[in-house]
Amino acid sequence: MDELSSTAFVISSMIKVTAAFTLMMAVVAYMTLAERRVSAFIQDRLGPNRVGKFGLLQPVADGIKNIVKEETMPATANRRFFLLAPMLAIFPAVVVFAVIPFAAPLPTPWGVVDMIIADIPVGMLYVLAFSSLGVYGMFLAGWASNNKYAFLGGLRSSSQMISYEVALGLSLVPVFMLAGNVTLTEIVWQQQQLGFWYVLPLSLAFIFFVISAFAETNRLPFDLPEAESELVTGYHTEYSSMKFSMFMIAEYAHILTVSALMATLFLGGWSVPFWSGDHMFWYDGVLISGFNAAGEAMAAEPAVWKTLLTFAAFGVKTLFFVGVFIWVRWTLPRFRYDQVMHLGWKVLLPVSIAYVALLGATILLLDQMGVTGFAFGAILTLVSGAATLAFIFFMDRGRVMEGASVASSPRGPRGAIVPDTRGVRELRDPVPAALQVREDKSGSGPTVTH
Amino acid sequence: MTDILFFVFAAVAAGGAFGVVLQKNPVGSLLFMVATLGSVAGIFVLFEAHFLAAIQVMVYAGAIMVLFLFVIMLLNLGHDYRRDLTRGLGMILAFGVTGLMAGLLARQFRGAEEGLSLAHVPGPEAMDALLAEKGAIGALAIPLFTDYMLAFELTGILLLVALVGAIAIAKRRA
Repeated sequence: MDELSSTAFVISSMIKVTAAFTLMMAVVAYMTLAERRVSAFIQDRLGPNRVGKFGLLQPVADGIKNIVKEETMPATANRRFFLLAPMLAIFPAVVVFAVIPFAAPLPTPWGVVDMIIADIPVGMLYVLAFSSLGVYGMFLAGWASNNKYAFLGGLRSSSQMISYEVALGLSLVPVFMLAGNVTLTEIVWQQQQLGFWYVLPLSLAFIFFVISAFAETNRLPFDLPEAESELVTGYHTEYSSMKFSMFMIAEYAHILTVSALMATLFLGGWSVPFWSGDHMFWYDGVLISGFNAAGEAMAAEPAVWKTLLTFAAFGVKTLFFVGVFIWVRWTLPRFRYDQVMHLGWKVLLPVSIAYVALLGATILLLDQMGVTGFAFGAILTLVSGAATLAFIFFMDRGRVMEGASVASSPRGPRGAIVPDTRGVRELRDPVPAALQVREDKSGSGPTVTH
Repeated sequence: MTDILFFVFAAVAAGGAFGVVLQKNPVGSLLFMVATLGSVAGIFVLFEAHFLAAIQVMVYAGAIMVLFLFVIMLLNLGHDYRRDLTRGLGMILAFGVTGLMAGLLARQFRGAEEGLSLAHVPGPEAMDALLAEKGAIGALAIPLFTDYMLAFELTGILLLVALVGAIAIAKRRA
C-alpha cells in the first residue's frame, strides 16, 4: 500500500476537514439535546420531547430560533471586541480536533488515506497551544460587555484556565514518557503494542487529566465563570441569539474535543480492544501492523470495514466521556472559588510533579532491567494503582474537598476521633456581641420572646 | 503554496506589529500582538519548526499575553500614559531603538549578500537529517539537557529567584 500523491492528499484533506467539521457540529447539536434529556432523567422530568420523535428535532428548532432572534448590543459595550469574543471562543475548541486520529487508515484506489486531518509531528503540543488560547474568548466577552457580572465571570474563567493548564500539561508528561512521542497516532500505536490502554499503567495521570479537563471546559463542578446563582450567567450574560449560541457551541465542541482526547490518550483511541487486526502505523513509509519475533516489520492490511469498525470504537469511547461530562454536571455541586484554586495549585500541581518523578524512575528502572511487553505494563499498572490509591486516601481526609472551612476549624491530632462538628459550626460559635439582642430593662427596645 | 502562505503570515505579522503601536486601546494593542505572535508561529511551521511554533503559541500567546491581559484589565489602564509616550524621553527612546534595530537589520542583510554571516549556518539538509534522527523535540531537547545543561539550570534558578522575590515583596505589602 502506497502513500498518497500530493494532489490526492490535498483533495482527501479537504474532504476530511469538511466531513469532520460537519459531523462535529451535528454531534455538538445533539449533545445539547442529550444534556437536556439526561438532566431531565436525573431530575425525574421528561425534558424536551415535543419537536420530532423523542425531541430529536429540538436542536434544529433551537438553531432556527437562535438565528431569527433579535441581536442585542449593550449600549456601553465595546462593539468590536464584543463581536470578536464569540469567534475567539469557538475557534480553539474546533481546530484542536485536527490532530486527533479518529479511525484506522482507509485504503482507496489512490493510496492509503490517514483518518486524521493533520498528522503533525507535535500533535499534543498543538492541542495544548490552542487550548491555551481558549482564555481570550471568555475574557474578552466578559470585558467587552462592560457588565460587572460578565467581567467577574471572565476573570474567573481566565484564572481558572491558567491554573489548570499547568495540571493538564503535567498529567500528560507520563503519557509522553511512556509513548516516547507526542503525536497522537504514535500514542495510539504504542498503546496497541503495549497491549494496555494507558488508563491502567497511568491511572493517576488519567484522573488528573479528567479533573483538569473539567476545569478547562468550565463544566460543573468547575463552572464558576458561569455560576448562574451568583453571576447571572457570567461572561456571556450580555450575549443574545446566535452570538450566545456560539458560546454554547464552543462549550460543547470543547467537551467533545476533550472527550476525544481522553479516549485517544488513555483508552487506546480508535483501537478495538482485544484484537490485533487493527494495528496499523506508518513506519519508514510503509504501513505496518507490528514486528515479528525476528524484529522484522509486518505489512498491515487496511480495509474499509476495519476503518468503519475502528471509527465506531472511537465514537463509542468518545461518547462515553461525553456522557460522563453530562452525568457529572447534574450530579455534583459547584466548588467554591478558593477550593478551585486550592485544588489546582496545592493538590494537583505538587502531586502530579511527584507522580511524574515516580513514573519516570519506574520506567527508567524497568528499561535498565530490560523488562518489556506484558510485564512492563503490569508493573506500571501496579505502581500507578498504588499511587492512585494513596492519592484517593489522601483526598478523603476531609482536607481538600471541604476547603477553607475545615482548614480554619480546630482539628484534633491525626488519627484521633474528633466529633464531626463541621455542619454545626454556627451553633457552637458564640454569637458575636454586636449581633446579640440586648435585653432592654426599660422594655422599650427590641426584646426576645421565647 | 508555501510562498503564498509565507506572505500572508508575514503581512499579518507586520500589520499586527503596526497595530500594536497604532492602537489607542491597550486591549486592542494586545490582540494585535497575539495576531503577530500567531503569524510568527505560522512562519515557523512553514520552516518545518513545528515544535518552536507550538511553544511560541503556548508560551507567548497563551501564557504571557494572558498575563498582560490580566494587568491591563485589572488596572483598567486608560489613556493617561499617552502623553508620556509622545514627548521627551519616550520619543528619544522610540527613535533610538528603532534606529538601532534598522542598523542591525541592514548589517545582517549586507552580510547575507556578501555570503558571510550565514555561511556557518548548516543548510536545510543538515536540519532534515537532524530531525529524522532525533525528531522535532529531540533535536532541541537533547542538546538542551546535555551540552547546555548548566545554562539551562542557571536560567531555572534565575526564574525561581525572581519568583520568590516577587512573592516576598507582595507578602510584605500585604
